[in-house]
Amino acid sequence: MTTLYTSDHEWLKIEGDVATIGITNYAQEQLGDVVFVDLPKVGRSVKKAEATAVVESVKAASDVYAPISGEVLEVNETLGTEPALVNSDADGAAWFFKLKIADKSELDGLMDEAAYKAHTA
Amino acid sequence: MLARDDASALKRTPLHALHLARGGKMVPFAGYDMPVQYAPGVLKEHLHTRAHAGLFDVSHMGQIELRAKSGKLEDAARALETLVPQDIVALPQGRQRYAQFTNESGGILDDLMVTKLGDRLFLVVNAACKAEDEAHLRAHLSETCEITALPERALLALQGPKAEAALAKFCADVTALKFMDVAELTLNGLPCIVSRSGYTGEDGFEISVPADGAEAFAKALLDNPDVLPIGLGARDSLRLEAGLCLYGHDIDTTTTPVEGALNWSIQKSRRSGGPRPGGFLGADAILAQLDGGAARKRVGLRPEGRAPVREGAPLYASAEATDAIGTVTSGGFGPSLNAPVAMGYLPAASAALDTLVFAEVRGQRLPLRVAATPFVPNTYKR
Repeated sequence: MTTLYTSDHEWLKIEGDVATIGITNYAQEQLGDVVFVDLPKVGRSVKKAEATAVVESVKAASDVYAPISGEVLEVNETLGTEPALVNSDADGAAWFFKLKIADKSELDGLMDEAAYKAHTA
Repeated sequence: MLARDDASALKRTPLHALHLARGGKMVPFAGYDMPVQYAPGVLKEHLHTRAHAGLFDVSHMGQIELRAKSGKLEDAARALETLVPQDIVALPQGRQRYAQFTNESGGILDDLMVTKLGDRLFLVVNAACKAEDEAHLRAHLSETCEITALPERALLALQGPKAEAALAKFCADVTALKFMDVAELTLNGLPCIVSRSGYTGEDGFEISVPADGAEAFAKALLDNPDVLPIGLGARDSLRLEAGLCLYGHDIDTTTTPVEGALNWSIQKSRRSGGPRPGGFLGADAILAQLDGGAARKRVGLRPEGRAPVREGAPLYASAEATDAIGTVTSGGFGPSLNAPVAMGYLPAASAALDTLVFAEVRGQRLPLRVAATPFVPNTYKR
């Protein structure tokens, strides 16, 4: 399994042709306490860079963009009742949605962990 | 948002260095570099204020003194009554009152606090409006009044159930003040104007203090473990839960005090049939609305789901309706309610409590109900 990152502070865990997507710990620190997460409908086809989910803190709503194109296979329903999970386990249990990868070449432009660390340093 | 390079163009309050030292996350607000939050974050700062006490830097707000050239305080009160629909003449010494500057069409130029204090009226106005407010006062009242802006004074708000005990350590007399009482007291060796008021719905104080002593005083207050510094983010969520208007959002030049549901702030003496009816800018429109009602009204709104409904969301009478009937003017998440809250404008016919309306958020219609404000009961010391 490979983990990749975007400059918009999303992570993707790649297993075969499925990408699990969430926001990074750095992103949740910037957002502050998460009070609501709006997730896409399963079956929706999204294009790379399309606003796909929304994460809301007390003071603002922020879009989560699809880092690659694909079809939404599954969403993390737990975030509906426990949005604070994004603050406590952004890199793990607080994944947002899974995409069936439409075009593997879109992964080429993403960062590995070392590059992302440099990006946020 | 301004880049950090442009932050040097922003004004700083006397507590700016303290905000940085305490880890404040600074943002531009009304031309000032202000802390939106500190390390604990908006949610925890909000809850700390309701449970203990929060210290807010509101030094960016405008402080203005008004004195009658005749030397008679009543003449200053009568003069100010030409610009606000409130009764200033009958306001007792040492008491504060919420007021609005209105324009010729009855719209609101700013909302403010007015105190009768010794030989003058002491006004606190919004930061974003303070230059215009001062110009407005000079344009209308210069013949009869001396108008003195007080940029050399800082303003601190200490809010929450532990505020009284925290402030009493500096001067026991503060405990005698009741909600909207004001006194000139010496705190930490400084001549202060202390009012028992605030904008959070909590018991608390606003303290006008000379700028050169403000940082030492703020530090002394923060030495108390009950008191944490609170940023503008929590100030906004606290006032929203308290159902209080934010100027430029919930009220502005296009809304009258009656449309803004601020009728309670207009005393009978200035209304039709009172001893001094009208006589302020926009009186015709405002008195007519007081007598006959306004076509639309600001209301509290409680979303039925978990999604916050924010400023600008259009409101509809049904999930299918094509024409919006109103707009959300403030909205977000209420940490004390652990639920979203909002306010906005609706036609009078749709403004009754419990009326179901729909807001459009990201292409979906979300149900909300018209709700009483404050959303969180206030704890003012009456």
